[in-house]
Amino acid sequence: MTVLSVENLQTHFFTDAGVVKAVDGVSFSLEEGEVLGLVGESGSGKTVTGFSILRLVDPPGRVTGGRILFRGQDLAKLPDREMRRLRGNRIAMIFQDPMMTLNPVLRIDTQMIEAVQAHEKVSKAAARDRAVQALARVGIPSPAERLNAYPHQFSGGMRQRVAIAIALLNGPDLIIADEPTTALDVTIQSQILAEVQGLARETGTSLIWITHDLAVVAGLADRIAVMYAGRIVESGPASAILTAPAHPYTAGLLGSIPGHGRRGDRLTQIPGMAPNMAHLPPGCAFAPRCPRVSDACRATAPEVTETGAGRALRCLHPLTEAVA
Amino acid sequence: MSAMLELQGVSRVFEKKLDAIEKFARTLGANVSESRVNAVDSASFEVARGEVVGLVGESGCGKSTLGRMVAGLLPVTKGTIRFEGVDVTDARTEAAKAARLRVQMIFQDPMSSLNPRMRVNDIVGEAAVFHGLTTKREMTDYVADLMTKVGLDPSYAQRFPHQFSGGQRQRIGIARALAVQPEFLICDESIAALDVSIQAQVINLFQDLRRDLDLTYLFISHDLGVIEHIADRVVVMYLGRVVEIAPTGELFDGPKHPYTQALLDQVPKLEAGHREYHTIKGEIPSPLNPPPGCHFHPRCPLAGPRCKSEAPRLIHDGPRAVACHLNDGGVA
Ligand SMILES: Nc1ncnc2c1ncn2[C@@H]1O[C@H](COP(=O)(O)OP(=O)(O)OP(=O)(O)O)[C@@H](O)[C@H]1O
Ligand SMILES: Nc1ncnc2c1ncn2[C@@H]1O[C@H](COP(=O)(O)OP(=O)(O)OP(=O)(O)O)[C@@H](O)[C@H]1O
Ligand code: SF4
Ligand SMILES: [Mg+2]
Ligand SMILES: [Mg+2]
Repeated sequence: MTVLSVENLQTHFFTDAGVVKAVDGVSFSLEEGEVLGLVGESGSGKTVTGFSILRLVDPPGRVTGGRILFRGQDLAKLPDREMRRLRGNRIAMIFQDPMMTLNPVLRIDTQMIEAVQAHEKVSKAAARDRAVQALARVGIPSPAERLNAYPHQFSGGMRQRVAIAIALLNGPDLIIADEPTTALDVTIQSQILAEVQGLARETGTSLIWITHDLAVVAGLADRIAVMYAGRIVESGPASAILTAPAHPYTAGLLGSIPGHGRRGDRLTQIPGMAPNMAHLPPGCAFAPRCPRVSDACRATAPEVTETGAGRALRCLHPLTEAVA
Repeated sequence: MSAMLELQGVSRVFEKKLDAIEKFARTLGANVSESRVNAVDSASFEVARGEVVGLVGESGCGKSTLGRMVAGLLPVTKGTIRFEGVDVTDARTEAAKAARLRVQMIFQDPMSSLNPRMRVNDIVGEAAVFHGLTTKREMTDYVADLMTKVGLDPSYAQRFPHQFSGGQRQRIGIARALAVQPEFLICDESIAALDVSIQAQVINLFQDLRRDLDLTYLFISHDLGVIEHIADRVVVMYLGRVVEIAPTGELFDGPKHPYTQALLDQVPKLEAGHREYHTIKGEIPSPLNPPPGCHFHPRCPLAGPRCKSEAPRLIHDGPRAVACHLNDGGVA
């Protein structure tokens, strides 16, 4: 069953310096229990995509086109009150900056108890119990004693985990997790990934996992969508994309990973700079940095083409050896 | 090599006293108590000029706290910090103030460390103008150059922090730290939110600065791939204590402390494909109530009776140091 379907989403910011097309024609869908890894260049529109789904885009930004269906229901048509009820209950977002979730002047227990009671009639004691369990699940030691601390008394990674715990509190159908484990070490990361993997399998929760950590998506995601300059440039089953990338940007991304006994060497970086989203080139946005570019790429932006086996691509010259 | 930075038994304790309501609640039998976190427990190590020292360890083990003490942003509870031989432990002294400009920290939380009402141009350039590293008139060019170096389009200079993506904000923090031309840079998860290509660009930039300006780094990161790439030596912390110090190659090829061994075992591999993740085995230790003896003993596969009662000392052997009884007469 399709939980979420995003069709040709466009979200633009109308700034003094021009229109920033942060999201420009993004489409994807998500089945029950499916994990979609959303990866891509910093500034390519991943967070804004998540914000658009939750209707959290503030002026001068606006969703200017497309549709977002949650279980068949058009979210743009939902009254504010119902949208608020959906948020944090059936759709939860884990923000890139945990302080977007946490209020710096309130104790953690106050915030977590509120989050439970906002959507369910339970006693304070029961809500508190649930908060303790949620903190334990994300690997916070002595959760009961830690609950009455303020956010600044936690380490960066602990704050990130509290934000994750809050998202898990009400057992949502869809979680949009925005770089949730960036600051976490491997042990805690595995703990959290084990939790969400369990959720997806046992309760059918669907996940959009926004990350730049390709090793995490490799282990967790069923499908991957790669964003560049406001568009999904490549999507498909995770293993296929990681072992045989077809888009030159995806290939460049995979080639930049440090490690692998290259101590101290210069790392490969994709040449050139991320495009200015207020002044995108007319053709393919990656053209100025692409090793396979031709005149055709500079003239017209490539359309989405399905290349079989559930893969789709926006590129005129895919890495042919990749298309087995 | 003479040490640029020298830590001797540096500790930081956070104490939480009960407030009036909690005291009252306790008289009614509520389970609240004063708590004490030994966030950093007697850390001793040195960093030589031009060196990159990686600092790794579990979330909450005290890395940021240590970094903030070195940067002079957090008082030290016990111990001594020396910068080029001069005692800078007390941040109020003249010597410490002079050192502070030469030591810059790039913070873990970019959003909370950037003034939301200032434009990027001023965030990055203000301190540099104040300290005479550029002039008001030349500031825009000075900032544009820094922005380009960290992969930001200089035409964004008039924007406010909230108009940037997470990774772009992190790079504003990097540009701001570099703007005052520090000699010692503390990077706290500074590239964690960047995609790998931009990460590569920033790491290359850090390496260039090190080569050209002899910049010295304390590099905090949970990403062992990055640490392996950039660091000369690695300091491993566990629950507030330094448990192992070693040159990077030796550490990755032959970790000696059981915690370091466990840490290196878990590095996710890109090749692995779909993975089964596991919840943490054994009790997660709490800094509120750390296990006696070796803090790692409840999770350690090699622990013996001695580990439960006696805290292992950090024993130096050439360039390496380990705090584990296995290295000091055995666990029996
Ligand atoms: N309020 C705003 N005004 C103008 N531009 C904005 C605003 N918010 C975001 N943008 C721009 O929209 C683009 C997309 O931003 P978004 O936060 O979605 O990126 P991202 O893919 O999440 O990047 P990161 O990985 O760095 O977090 C960026 O280029 C950003 O500068
Ligand atoms: N202001 C504070 N008051 C009370 N406790 C604090 C304070 N700051 C930090 N702590 C505690 O000190 C310990 C170490 O925190 P620190 O931020 O140094 O960890 P860290 O190693 O940087 O972790 P992370 O990788 O998650 O950022 C934690 O248990 C934290 O809760
Ligand atoms: S001292 Fe004992 S418990 Fe601690 S790491 Fe060594 S063997 Fe393990
Ligand atoms: Mg983002
Ligand atoms: Mg930290």
